[in-house]
Amino acid sequence: MVNLHEPYDLFREKLLNGTETVEQRTQAFLSEIIKRKELNAFLTVFEEEAMQRAKEIDTKIQNGTAGSLAGMIVAVKDVVCMKGKRTTCASKMLADYEAIYDATVVQRLNNADALFIGKTNMDEFAMGSSGENSAFGAVKNPVDETRVPGGSSSGSAVAVAAHLSTSSLGTDTGGSIRQPAGFCGIAGLKPTYGRVSRYGLVAYASSFDQIGPFAHSARDIARVLQVIAGYDECDSTSANIPVPNYLEAMNRNVKGLRIGMPKEYFPDALNSEIRSVLQKKIDLLKAHGAEIVEVSLPHSEYTIATYYILATAEASSNLARYDGARYGYRSRQANDLEQMYTKSRSEGFGEEVKRRIMLGTYVLSSGYYDAYYRKAQKVRRLIQKDFLDVFQHVDCLVTPIAPTTAFKIGEKVSDPLQMYLNDIYTVSANLAGIPGICVNAGADANGLPIGIQFLGKQFDEATILRVADFVESIH
Amino acid sequence: MSINSKYQAVIGLEVHAQLSTKTKIFCGCSNKFGSAPNSNVCPVCLGMPGVLPVLNKEVVEYAIRLGLAVNCSITTKSIFARKNYFYPDLPKGYQISQYEEPICRNGFVDIELADGTKRRIGITRIHMEEDAGKSIHDAGSETLVDVNRCGTPLLEIVSEPEMHSAEEAGKYLFAIWQTVKYLGICDGNLEEGSLRCDANVSVRMKGETKLGTKTELKNMNSFRNVERAIEYEIARQIEVIEEGGTIIQQTLLWNAEKNIAAPMRSKEEAHDYRYFPDPDLVPVLVNDEWINAAAQNLPELPAKRKVRFITEYLLPEYDAEILTQERTTADFFETTLTGLTKKNPETYKAASNWVMNDVLRVMNEGKTIHPEHLSSLINAIQSGTISGKIAKEVFEEMSATHESPEIIIKKKGLVQISDTGAIEKEIESILAKFPNEIARFKSGEAKLMGFFVGETMKVMKGKGNPKIINEILAKKLKN
Repeated sequence: MVNLHEPYDLFREKLLNGTETVEQRTQAFLSEIIKRKELNAFLTVFEEEAMQRAKEIDTKIQNGTAGSLAGMIVAVKDVVCMKGKRTTCASKMLADYEAIYDATVVQRLNNADALFIGKTNMDEFAMGSSGENSAFGAVKNPVDETRVPGGSSSGSAVAVAAHLSTSSLGTDTGGSIRQPAGFCGIAGLKPTYGRVSRYGLVAYASSFDQIGPFAHSARDIARVLQVIAGYDECDSTSANIPVPNYLEAMNRNVKGLRIGMPKEYFPDALNSEIRSVLQKKIDLLKAHGAEIVEVSLPHSEYTIATYYILATAEASSNLARYDGARYGYRSRQANDLEQMYTKSRSEGFGEEVKRRIMLGTYVLSSGYYDAYYRKAQKVRRLIQKDFLDVFQHVDCLVTPIAPTTAFKIGEKVSDPLQMYLNDIYTVSANLAGIPGICVNAGADANGLPIGIQFLGKQFDEATILRVADFVESIH
Repeated sequence: MSINSKYQAVIGLEVHAQLSTKTKIFCGCSNKFGSAPNSNVCPVCLGMPGVLPVLNKEVVEYAIRLGLAVNCSITTKSIFARKNYFYPDLPKGYQISQYEEPICRNGFVDIELADGTKRRIGITRIHMEEDAGKSIHDAGSETLVDVNRCGTPLLEIVSEPEMHSAEEAGKYLFAIWQTVKYLGICDGNLEEGSLRCDANVSVRMKGETKLGTKTELKNMNSFRNVERAIEYEIARQIEVIEEGGTIIQQTLLWNAEKNIAAPMRSKEEAHDYRYFPDPDLVPVLVNDEWINAAAQNLPELPAKRKVRFITEYLLPEYDAEILTQERTTADFFETTLTGLTKKNPETYKAASNWVMNDVLRVMNEGKTIHPEHLSSLINAIQSGTISGKIAKEVFEEMSATHESPEIIIKKKGLVQISDTGAIEKEIESILAKFPNEIARFKSGEAKLMGFFVGETMKVMKGKGNPKIINEILAKKLKN
């Protein structure tokens, strides 16, 4: 009997010694996906194709020609293009859109013999923090189905948390991998901006977006990252910097490591359960030889405002291509070009997407550009400098992942500002372009997961993976 | 004092040059003109979800070349920006262009007017951008879109508003056209739109320093139309002001058939482009090494080449001007010179005459001529193998068959007869036929000499050496 709860390491051993097959595991995941349909985690499931691919990979394993991720069964956020597959971005606008090429990450995972099981639900165009902004219905948190799983990579987090896939790909523009990882009690990494190619990722905010993995452990995150990281000539913003061996760096040792606690991220008003769960982990790190240093990121109070100006500005332009002219939704009510644009876009986009397009259009408008966009760019550089400065003194930072644990479905939908404030601990990493990882640190009184975040220096995923792995191993 | 002389026109031009790079500016698609609609496309230039642009370095190289050729300073760190607007032939809903940090700045070109006045026209900036697709509105009730042109690299060359007549604007445009052709970066075809020109026109009272309200002229697809449209618009604006009206800032489309400029619908121009730096592209970094290498590889530009033709080959200025107007002509001329056996001002001028009169004519007819063949032809005249008259015949044959003059002369038996014995024999028999004419000649009708030469040539089928014929005739008729 296949045990979908066992760690990937154990399954991989069974796979290589021939006691279990990828086919059996894939079948089991497919059955589980159907059983957990109410979670609304998947928008497309590759039933037949996944089974076919599983057989191919089993043959490769037998022949000793299988890639490094043979047996890794991956769910992909529906904002990453896969050739011939529906790529909806959870929007009515692209409900029937099939991608005509593979994203670079998809090609790389395929080459390493990872298996794709389906595409996951999300906040429309990756805009949201709760998984409620999907044109195909809200995603539910498997820990408590009355609560949100976080967002925007909601389905990808849930697929892993509910054992519907071994790992998954999400995207993180302002916290969209790390926050749902925290809400669902799993691990999620946002790599350094430029570490993973964005080619084939449907853009929300180009200077923030990064693709990253979800998994049950930092070690599995490292395995996936190892394959997807690295320079891609199709992405001008991808960095031509060597990729280290991440698993090797995870030595279960934090001795001498200097970990900063930014005081702005531990305000007096911080939820006491979250504070105490985090403090326990921090004490353990200290007990094992890490040095905990209080640091300051003085421009922290501007992160949310800066993020929502710059990200929406980019979004307003990135989403201009959905105009009903070439592909995607076109209104049937239009009588001329102007109507085709306005009606297609009014009917095809959801409320939150329209809100952000309008915000972004406003901040770029003539007469407002200097006051909003240009000023926010300046503040972004100050925030980046805050991080450069603290990383002169510490190896990584530790912070909460969100002000609260998973909230109730519907609780914040009518208050966009409250929803935006949920990103307060995550957006800074995207503004600064640094890597961040969230792993589970414990739970609150209701049993809802509490995540802990580690932020690292640019292109130093290895250090935060090492700390995250250590935190997972101590209790 | 006429009404017009009270006013001064102020004109600035925006010229778009489509670059003849092998591939498009942000993807690997072919940049060929004239392919089947929507065939030179890929996910990137189609603006499919998730695609990213990657800059074609050749475009930067071309921009640097043009910048250097028109005396610009090259920006070491230039930035691409997005120009946002909706149109069906713009797949991404924005055009990638440059805004605050263009690749070239502060250049100039020198022009000379018909009356000999020389003027220096400033170039504000040159920036790189992608072209949009093409909307075809006259295909029945629907509008069709051809996206082949999406991503075609463009350089936009913006002049200072400091031209004051249609003639100056025409000369400036010609200088830009000549330069991009010399550099080999654009084929300069105004009719096909590979070189496009928009003009900003305003008028003010002479002596006034403040600029008047400008209008923008578009859709002028020939040098002639640019000048006509500007003339029209200057006259129109003066008339409006004279009648007490005010100029409205608007975009006007030139209608070459009706000879008028009509306003575009105001809706089409009410744009706030919301420019901002394109986050998908990194800054374009150009170092001194690159700039120096480009400078060294620049071809000799027309103004310099013209002067050299005058000093080196002792050509008249008129010849030098015509020969250097296009690089292909100047190159043809100089290649012809290298093949000459006798190199002196006489043969240079002969070559110049051939190129200006005959080569340019047959090339305009779409025929080709090899410069090596023209050298051989001139050599054959020089050596006396053929006469100048026969040479014209050989030339026509050359342009039709592409055979070398040697082969044509041989095949058609056109070798000039310089054998004095043979020529004398023909002359004697001719003189025998025309005793009356001889008598008239001897009694003073000197013009009959031409008659005898003609008759001899006729008998010798044009192959007799005219010099020898003249000599023998003169000798015989003196007796």
